[in-house]
Amino acid sequence: MSVSELFARDLPQLLLWGLIATVAMTTILQGSQGLGLSRLSLPFLVGTFFTANRNRATVIGFIVYTIGGWGFAMLYFLFFAGIGVANWWLGALLGFLHGVFLLAAALPLLPYAHPRMASEHDGPGAGYILEPPGFFGLNYGRRTPLTTMLGQIVYGATLGGLCQLADVFVGAPG
Amino acid sequence: MPASATRRYLPGSNVLETTFRTSDGTVRIVDLMSIPGERQFQPMREVLRVVEGVEGRVPVAFEIDPRPGYGRMAPRLEARAPKQWAWVWRNECLYLHSDVALQPLGDGLVGQRVLGGGDRLCSSLAYTKADIGVIAPLEAAAQQRVEDTLRWWQTWSSQARYQGQYREAVVRSALALKLLTYALSGAVVAAPTTSLPEAIGGDRNWDYRYCWLRDAALTMRAFTGLGYLDEARGFLDWLLHATRLTWPELRVLYDVYGRTEFEEEELAHWRGFRDSRPVRIGNAAQAQLQLDVYGAVCFAAREFVNATGALASDEARLLRGFGQSVCRQWQEPDHGIWEIRGEPRQYTFSKVMCWTALDVLVDLSKNGRLKLPSAARAARDALRGLIETRGYNRELGAYVAVLDGATIDASLLLIGCLGYADPADGRMRGTFSRVQERLARNGLLMRYEPGFDGFAAPEGAFGICSFWAIDNLARRGDVHEAHRAFQHALGFANDVGLLAEEIDPDTGALLGNFPQAYTHVGLINAALALEPQ
Repeated sequence: MSVSELFARDLPQLLLWGLIATVAMTTILQGSQGLGLSRLSLPFLVGTFFTANRNRATVIGFIVYTIGGWGFAMLYFLFFAGIGVANWWLGALLGFLHGVFLLAAALPLLPYAHPRMASEHDGPGAGYILEPPGFFGLNYGRRTPLTTMLGQIVYGATLGGLCQLADVFVGAPG
Repeated sequence: MPASATRRYLPGSNVLETTFRTSDGTVRIVDLMSIPGERQFQPMREVLRVVEGVEGRVPVAFEIDPRPGYGRMAPRLEARAPKQWAWVWRNECLYLHSDVALQPLGDGLVGQRVLGGGDRLCSSLAYTKADIGVIAPLEAAAQQRVEDTLRWWQTWSSQARYQGQYREAVVRSALALKLLTYALSGAVVAAPTTSLPEAIGGDRNWDYRYCWLRDAALTMRAFTGLGYLDEARGFLDWLLHATRLTWPELRVLYDVYGRTEFEEEELAHWRGFRDSRPVRIGNAAQAQLQLDVYGAVCFAAREFVNATGALASDEARLLRGFGQSVCRQWQEPDHGIWEIRGEPRQYTFSKVMCWTALDVLVDLSKNGRLKLPSAARAARDALRGLIETRGYNRELGAYVAVLDGATIDASLLLIGCLGYADPADGRMRGTFSRVQERLARNGLLMRYEPGFDGFAAPEGAFGICSFWAIDNLARRGDVHEAHRAFQHALGFANDVGLLAEEIDPDTGALLGNFPQAYTHVGLINAALALEPQ
């Protein structure tokens, strides 16, 4: 069975697993914020791309972030199908690499792409501007890299583990 | 360089303006907590300072050295961008965005500028907890925030219904009360400070950053009397819903969220204000039994109902529960309105407030707003009998602080203010006279006689007690005397019209935590009582 046939056959459960992994990751990240481990809120950062209204940004951010989590889950599944291996530790490894990319590349680039974020090279203009995350998100608290990595690792491990449990993608064609 | 400073609030607002005059010129500083407009992302909290040269050329030094966590935290200072600095600790962040060129010195920042006429420097200090910080803009946008905040306060204060001759003092008190109101819950804290001493060098140093239910009755009367019904609604909501965790019983004090678990702790590394130790955080009074709080909460609810006609069925059910608690406990000794430590006693005022609680419920039950607890009427009548026999001393011709006692307590004046007795009645007149004889000093009132609370250190006159006396005078028709006493009491306010918990009757110095909501509540209610009905 080809990868596309596999995806077509298992799409409902893949979507469900993507949602479960996204919920697990979001719970860790938001829980870390609530427990005072980090001030980072990825959904809020995403939401403020679209609106300056704090309330709307939070709601929009959660919707877009959840859809994004689903989308990334499909990329993880594609990777599992491509190499014909899917298990929790491979998922966790992917999540780890994903987290490193997020912290080391994506977050530091955010001030240059985000319409409502201060760059570290200039001050804010006329409007209110979000505090930039800094390298590895350290501006949002010293534990931010740890909580972010934990969230990403749990996300990947959940996706890999569910595939492993259901025996999906094992030996799938590359 | 020698400088003289004068302060004022910009009219009708909580925007503070301080003007420094030196031999070289004049500089003006405007300080405010900015009020967010629409729900744009703005700092969680922001203090904005605008320093402006008025004339001449004046050297100005800038210094900031935050000490979070009572000086026990070591914040990490980070240079974030040009003009931007952050102090970070735990999940909290203090973000400074300033026009001033600053240099690190230790954990703080310092800078210097010479300001000429027309020069203007803005500094925004924003606090964030558990969230991504927001950096507030400076220059014209900061000036816009000053104007927006000023307009917001002036609109709010213009709504005060009182139009009498003391409007300026009453509006200032209302503005102070609004600053002491926690916007997220409607709670009103007693004061924003801890451990400002009740006597310089003394040990009566308490943490007042909590909400005392004792204050509820008169606070609600102040809100409704001035027509601030939104604040009254918020306050009643907080009273009834924040106390659900302990319902149907009430504690002495709660925090702004309704929590009661806060231990009292002494900060040994703090010297205290003018060496007045100890500095305390938390408040052990929360463990006491104080029966007057039931009357205070029920009275507050009736004030609100009288002003708005509104009482929801679940609120009526909560009040009924408080009534049941009173029926169960009114015979118990307690620690009284002044939270006197040591053995509980049978305080007359606590009995009066138990009577008040039940009387309010009887009143509200008459038009079917709530179902009266079965024992309420009998308990109310028994309480009146007890107060009139054992709470009144015939030899003194006055109500007394403790049943069968002979000591006098200024809280007995509230018997006339809260409707238990008519201030013009003979027993109240006698009580008023005894209070004046024993507790008055320089036209102010001590709250009780020396040694009554077991503390050796002296204390000042208790601010609100003088206003209770004025309230009694006004209600019994001694209006001229009431005006004279009111003007005398007003004379003790500081340069911007604020009052503390206590006043040194000899020097006029303000003592205790500052500014004190209860004192300003007393001022508002006394002014309202002086208005022709």
